[in-house]
Amino acid sequence: MLVEYIPLFLVIAFAIVFAFGTVFSSKIFGPQRPNPEKLSTYESGVQPVGTTHERMSVKYYLVAMLFIIFDLEVIFVYPWAVQFKKLYLDPSVGTTAFYAMLIFLVVFEIGYLYVYKKGGFKWD
Amino acid sequence: MSLESVLFYFFAAISIVTSILVISSKNPVLSALSLILNFAGLAGVYLTLYAQFIAVVQVIVYAGAIMVLFLFVIMLIRPEAERNYFQERKSFKMLTIGIGVIVLGQLMFLIISGTSMFTSGGHSEQSLEVGTVERIGWELMTSYLLPFEAIGFLLLAASIGAMVLAKKKFE
Repeated sequence: MLVEYIPLFLVIAFAIVFAFGTVFSSKIFGPQRPNPEKLSTYESGVQPVGTTHERMSVKYYLVAMLFIIFDLEVIFVYPWAVQFKKLYLDPSVGTTAFYAMLIFLVVFEIGYLYVYKKGGFKWD
Repeated sequence: MSLESVLFYFFAAISIVTSILVISSKNPVLSALSLILNFAGLAGVYLTLYAQFIAVVQVIVYAGAIMVLFLFVIMLIRPEAERNYFQERKSFKMLTIGIGVIVLGQLMFLIISGTSMFTSGGHSEQSLEVGTVERIGWELMTSYLLPFEAIGFLLLAASIGAMVLAKKKFE
């Protein structure tokens, strides 16, 4: 069972090794001659003022929240789509699975319409 | 030790170390980034426990979507204001410690009372199948139809709630 996922582990391991490898190899092999001028944030610009933690607009929160909600919707559609043929051909389930997903999506799309009408997708 | 248990302990170690980093780091952005690694480690743990669908969802939803939200929320608040929060409210600190102890006790109780149930049988054929997307799709559409529809309403409430909270010009 788990053997099927070994290619996936290899891809992830390669990604990690590549990401860290490229960053640290430049540190190891590259010449290091730092001076205070080089290490400043903007070498030939204005000096930075204040902290790095700027407060961001709440609009970003709305985008992130809506993204999660739509993401979750797709997660629930996915197992249904994988099993749909088997569910439809099973006499004990039949069209119930289709209508169950229809109700789920209709209920969900009410929220979508609400957000759309209230201008949740507009960036003003 | 088999390959599975080696991988399980590897991912479990990642999860434990990164979860300690989450609560010990002073910088909230660093905590959030450690939490992403923690979720990735947990996805590996789920995979070694034959919860394949949960593992994929863990990466897509938690490490992807929910961490984006966490980082946005961290950037919405003012971290230096939060730093003094517990220094001003001593009783609040005791309350959080109390809640932590209660949750820890509950978890320990569940682990101690539950282990004998799961370790006796070992790997049966049924437990290998239970986490696949096919099995979850089947169960969701037959036994758990009503909870599934309830999730639709929950998502509806979440989208409306997000709008009400975050939209400025709300009429």
